[in-house]
Amino acid sequence: MTVRDILLHPSPCLKQVSEPVLTFDQNLQQLLSDLDETLAMAPGCVGIAAPQIGINRRVVFTDVKQAKGSQHGRLLLINPEIIRHEGMVRGREGCLSVPDFTGNVIRAETIVVQAQDGAGQQQSFEFSGFEARVVQHEIDHLDGLLFLDRLVSRRHDLFRRKNYRDTQG
Amino acid sequence: MAKKWYMLTVIGKDRLGIVSHVTAALYDGGCNLGEATMARLGGNFTIMLMVQFDGSRQALLQQIEPVVQSLDLHAHVNSISAELHHHLLPDVRISVYGADRAGIVAQVTTALTEAGLNILDLESDVAGSEQEPIYIMTIEGQAGEGMASLQAALDVMADQGIETSLTAIETMIA
Repeated sequence: MTVRDILLHPSPCLKQVSEPVLTFDQNLQQLLSDLDETLAMAPGCVGIAAPQIGINRRVVFTDVKQAKGSQHGRLLLINPEIIRHEGMVRGREGCLSVPDFTGNVIRAETIVVQAQDGAGQQQSFEFSGFEARVVQHEIDHLDGLLFLDRLVSRRHDLFRRKNYRDTQG
Repeated sequence: MAKKWYMLTVIGKDRLGIVSHVTAALYDGGCNLGEATMARLGGNFTIMLMVQFDGSRQALLQQIEPVVQSLDLHAHVNSISAELHHHLLPDVRISVYGADRAGIVAQVTTALTEAGLNILDLESDVAGSEQEPIYIMTIEGQAGEGMASLQAALDVMADQGIETSLTAIETMIA
């Protein structure tokens, strides 16, 4: 096991869409233990995604303590996909890859996620509240998105409409 | 030697191009910009901007003088000691609203300060109609003596017709 350096913005790795995990082999086990170890060494941090240590694979760990309403504790999600979401809630987020900045982001309140475990078994989870926020933040990393891409106004709690650019053509 | 930090304050009747003209003049003068708050308040545009600059306070003012003149602005510069990369994280948000009258801000902030709140950010608006204006304020800060103490202070406000709500801000770092 190795504690890896956390990549900081503007590392190109953080803006890439990560590739799915197709083979559940020794290389994957190495990545899982590195991620696990790196998360454990990050104080106050509740989640980590593989791109944050420079590996563009669809793997995340979350670790929300029961005191913060976790239903799942330490959890590995491989190839996670949000298959249902409900509600919208604003919350403040920060990121290991963007030190000394926090901002408000709107996230779904409840999500259902399908993901594989370390052996490739499909599983399904429901998350809500703080833990749902963590999982969405991590899945964003797999799609090359930072919370900076989703900031809402400091002054007004506006729900963002689609980016102007995305509505063109 | 590291460049000195200044706090530049600019106000003027709102019009198109204030931010771009002021910041372009600063850039042309070799300034580096730091953290800023800019907002339209009652039809005036206001800027509070950290500026890093080689020269004196007077030289900085001279640098933006043409823009200040042409856009009819007022500018003020203070020399400051600046601390970047040490943001404090707020752990509570208080929203306040009530029929607008003199003294709301003083009453609420005095009560909250006595109850242990360190205010990090405060924004307010006057909304409603001209006949019946309402005052709306959002405060973020650190609760030095816990939430219960702040809630007790706010409960007193309710008796005076000021609606408040207190929420914990839980910051997620991932």
